Amino acid sequence: MTDNFALYRVMLLIRRFEERLLAEFSTGKLVGTTHTYIGQEADAAGIFSAASPEDVVFSNHRCHGHFLAYGALSPEGSDPYRLAAELMGKATGLVGGRGGSQHIQWRNFYSNGIQGGIVPVATGMALAEKEKQTGSIVLVFIGDGTLGEGALYESLNLAALWRLPLLVVLENNRYAQTTPVELAVAGSMSGRFAAFGLPVWERETSDVLEVRALAGEAIAHVRSGAGPAALILHTYRFMAHSKGDDPRPPEELARIRQFDPLTIHAARLSPAELDAAEAEVSALLADAFSRAESDPFPVLGNQVNR
Amino acid sequence: MSTVLEALNSALLTALESDPRVYVLGEDILDPYGGAFKVTRGLSTRFPGRVLTTPISEAAIVGAAAGMALRGLRPVAEIMFGDFVTLIADQVVNHAAKFRWMYNENVRVPLVVRAPMGGRRGYGPTHSQSLEKMFLGVPGLKVLAPSALGDPGALLLAAIADDDPVLFVEHKLLYTRPLLQAGQGDLADFTLESGGELFPYFVLRPPYPPRLTIATYGYNFELARAAALELMMEHEIFAEMVVFSQLSPFDLTPLFDSLARTLRPGSGQAHRLLTVEEGTLTLGWGAEVAARAAEAVSGLRVRRVAARDLPIANARPLEDAILPQAQDIVAAALSLV
Repeated sequence: MTDNFALYRVMLLIRRFEERLLAEFSTGKLVGTTHTYIGQEADAAGIFSAASPEDVVFSNHRCHGHFLAYGALSPEGSDPYRLAAELMGKATGLVGGRGGSQHIQWRNFYSNGIQGGIVPVATGMALAEKEKQTGSIVLVFIGDGTLGEGALYESLNLAALWRLPLLVVLENNRYAQTTPVELAVAGSMSGRFAAFGLPVWERETSDVLEVRALAGEAIAHVRSGAGPAALILHTYRFMAHSKGDDPRPPEELARIRQFDPLTIHAARLSPAELDAAEAEVSALLADAFSRAESDPFPVLGNQVNR
Repeated sequence: MSTVLEALNSALLTALESDPRVYVLGEDILDPYGGAFKVTRGLSTRFPGRVLTTPISEAAIVGAAAGMALRGLRPVAEIMFGDFVTLIADQVVNHAAKFRWMYNENVRVPLVVRAPMGGRRGYGPTHSQSLEKMFLGVPGLKVLAPSALGDPGALLLAAIADDDPVLFVEHKLLYTRPLLQAGQGDLADFTLESGGELFPYFVLRPPYPPRLTIATYGYNFELARAAALELMMEHEIFAEMVVFSQLSPFDLTPLFDSLARTLRPGSGQAHRLLTVEEGTLTLGWGAEVAARAAEAVSGLRVRRVAARDLPIANARPLEDAILPQAQDIVAAALSLV
């Protein structure tokens, strides 16, 4: 299996997983909401191909892509089954149906749906990894919308003061829910990190190989003990923020499809490889969703207000 | 004679000595200053690597503590004034207290947030409050408050040893108070009982059958005790006192047991409960205690003594009028019996 194939396979898994989710809402198998990663797959696939399985990850509300790409680092591979079960609220889900789409935990992967609030927590995790001398770094994922939250800046300050192994990944998908970045972010994005002394790796790209190279540099810097860094990836979200909240004009939605990370990377694979990836992902997801669907719902025990 | 401050300071030293996973972080806690109220004095000299001074960033302090706890450390964070717990609310409510349950028991979050609360020192509206009531009933969070009874240091060590996030509420006026000894001084007339598994409660039983039970915690036990002595000496009314160190989750069994004793058999009278706290009255600790007691004990009469629903003023006469005083407790007790 080539490297390029593996990268494509992870991106395709994320794409097809998210597409399946959106479809399942209409069947009533999913409740609540979801925030899909469609269009941003190169970020997660590229970053995690440059990370270590022992690294710690704190993700946000848009966490499915991060989780599936992080899982690809482990020997047994990504586990769309337990993620699907979690989203269906099943007892076999990653966190037994308690967390749902935005609140999952598996091995060194954590997510929470509170903008900005996850960054102080990730900072403390980085302190712990440094103190324990594990060699692990912490990757925390934020978006352009998170730049409005004050807790982010408190954390950047602490991480820099304490030279913590923290990589802040800013995925600028140009919209905070429906608010365009021009209406929400003043000044410079990279300047916000530079002000605290964090080196910044920044690129406008949807090419997974470019992301991987850039992430590799940023991760190497952080792992060297030189302190925190920022990785800013300007990307595109193809679908709504969650499900029905996308006021962008059709022309814009059509235009940004030219930056489809799967199309860009597919050019590097043979037709046979593309077919093989599609078949493999399709089988994996069919199995994942059918098993998850037949799993039992959780039952509330007596652990209320423990 | 040892004070509450010395007990807490010595407990932090013990924790740092006995467990390399323990870290202490907060604002201005390094020697020679040693913290705004000196609870952390001496720690940074002994353990420079594990006592971390921070910028003025309460959310980051507590968030970082939560992250440290998730990854195997046992942090103790100091919030310089308890009033600033509003700044940590998101980190406590939506992060630290959520993780264990939200992640299906996959993780533990052993962190302690120490917060000096309370007024009576003329610090004015934003440095005198008792805001712990805002954190009572938050699932996944324990709220503890030492008093001068028992061993406040042991309570802090139990909080540090706990696997869940704990908000540890220290009333500022307690720091200089001597630890109380059973059978001595103010306690001479009372029989002191204690119980509770991890975080003890105390019951002070008067020499004669009680007419009412006073429930309280923290520094306000000092006021309740003064009031109980006055009720006994001046009015021949005996009050039993139940002093909690665990505020949340609520476990009021010892209170219900006490209330059962406030009724003379066959008298046809009501059980009587008086709650005393320094937070504002509305939706306070006493309100929940009273509601639960009313559900558990039939024929209950209740009075609550608390701060008036006002910001705490700076001027002494205003602050005194706003915060509960021993005389308010006496008056409320007299209106109850």
